[in-house]
Amino acid sequence: MPGTRPGMTNERPGRSGMQWFNIILQGVLIGGLYAMFAAGLSLIFGVMRLVNIAHGDLIVLAAYLALMVTHALDVSPLTSLLLVVPVMAMIGYTLQRGLLNRTLGDDLLPPLLVTFGLSIIIQNGLLELFTADSRKLQAGAIEVQAFQVTQGIWIGVLPLIQFMVAVSVIAGLETLFYRTALGRAFRATSDDQAVAQLMGLDTRHVFALAMALSLAVVAIAGVFLAVRANFDPAIGPARLIFGFEAVVIGGLGSMWGTLVGGIVLGVAQAIGAQIDPGWQLLAGHLVFLAVLAVRPQGLFPKVSG
Amino acid sequence: MSEAQLLEVKTIDVFYGDFQALFGVSLSVEARQVIAVIGANGAGKSTLLKTIAGLMHPHSGQILFGGSPIAQVPAFAVLRRGVALVPEGRRLFPSLTVEENLLIGGQSRRRGPWSLARVYELFPVLAERRNLPALALSGGQQQMAAIGRALMSNPGLLLCDEISLGLAPIVVRDIYARMPQIVAEGTSVIIVEQDIMQALRAANHVYCLQEGRVALQGSARELTREAISAAYFGV
Repeated sequence: MPGTRPGMTNERPGRSGMQWFNIILQGVLIGGLYAMFAAGLSLIFGVMRLVNIAHGDLIVLAAYLALMVTHALDVSPLTSLLLVVPVMAMIGYTLQRGLLNRTLGDDLLPPLLVTFGLSIIIQNGLLELFTADSRKLQAGAIEVQAFQVTQGIWIGVLPLIQFMVAVSVIAGLETLFYRTALGRAFRATSDDQAVAQLMGLDTRHVFALAMALSLAVVAIAGVFLAVRANFDPAIGPARLIFGFEAVVIGGLGSMWGTLVGGIVLGVAQAIGAQIDPGWQLLAGHLVFLAVLAVRPQGLFPKVSG
Repeated sequence: MSEAQLLEVKTIDVFYGDFQALFGVSLSVEARQVIAVIGANGAGKSTLLKTIAGLMHPHSGQILFGGSPIAQVPAFAVLRRGVALVPEGRRLFPSLTVEENLLIGGQSRRRGPWSLARVYELFPVLAERRNLPALALSGGQQQMAAIGRALMSNPGLLLCDEISLGLAPIVVRDIYARMPQIVAEGTSVIIVEQDIMQALRAANHVYCLQEGRVALQGSARELTREAISAAYFGV
């Protein structure tokens, strides 16, 4: 079952404080992955008001791409990122220039419909090529390595790497957004497309760069997803939901908020799974709905400037 | 066509869907010239500027800038060729600071006299407030930032759409007082104004638009008030 770590599903009543701490810690670490699902989604919506329904399927596509690269070149999943990230970025640029730019306008519906169609095409294409069998990326010994923090608290090396990568990705995006010329162009285009063009920005190119960046993050998320759990062509939409939930919990427009959103979602799922294994996803959805009801702008809304 | 013509607009027709906004409008600008375009609301002044800047494209007619056609060139490429528009209502980027707004204008990397330092020299108040969000500025300061942002692209032709709109007369005078410095750097200017007296003072040459047509044009010094008001109101 996606999102479940071995050893966490065996139901035992009456857990100690240390065990709860462990459970929450695992939730935090998985939250990093959810934040990576969400970051690319949030970036695209922020820059061009495009809701990418195919986002989850693109994550799965990246996972299959990594599968092919690891098999063909006999390299580890983490090394495959060197190839998968640029290839996904190129797919993103081409997809935006060739297709999605044509759907953008005052109406939000056309891009929604087109990415919905894209989602179906990717799922069926993957099904055709790779069958419905569950696959997994093998990372070797690192998958089971863990170190003991204190008595009873163990941290897996892979979840830790995944979390640290997620934090680096968020920090990198934040820096890019607020400290570089490209980020300035993203924000200006997001503010006012017509004036951005008047100032010499080719918005079609800016949008394509944003999509390339989004799919570069998707590539990293896809590889980590594929290392930690089984995947098949149909699991994309659920990743999309996790991404959406993390974005909404964290608040649109803040990358650090997205990280917190991912962590809140991860912890909620981890705790839910302890109460009842069937409650893992439900708990995440309930926290999401609670945030939406109480604080619809998210925990860290964009500061109005 | 003489060598000195920087911009030549030749009998352009411009439409918003089925509605025709400009009918056979022609206009020419020489190097270092200040042109004023005046006219009542809806006369087509802003449409003319948007069309020159490449945000709209004429249905027929030609626009030559520096001798090459730009009528069908998209706005971002028109800016890179040296035409910058200061849009009506200033429209600074709200999520950018004052300095970031200026830097966006400079991103086209056109060479020329204007840099951050020179813009701050022209409008010292912007230097003091460089790190504030753009919308934290007063209206007049925002207008200065919008002009500075356009100048950062080192335009050969600066288009100013209603820069006096909503500003106190003293602020408007202050901004217009910098116009000669901008022209002295080799930039020609087209100003669109509701404030006719201000436009006549600043410009060498005046075009008066009426319902999408050029109703009158002439040297700013030679046109009489009577002729202008006749062309303006169409009476």
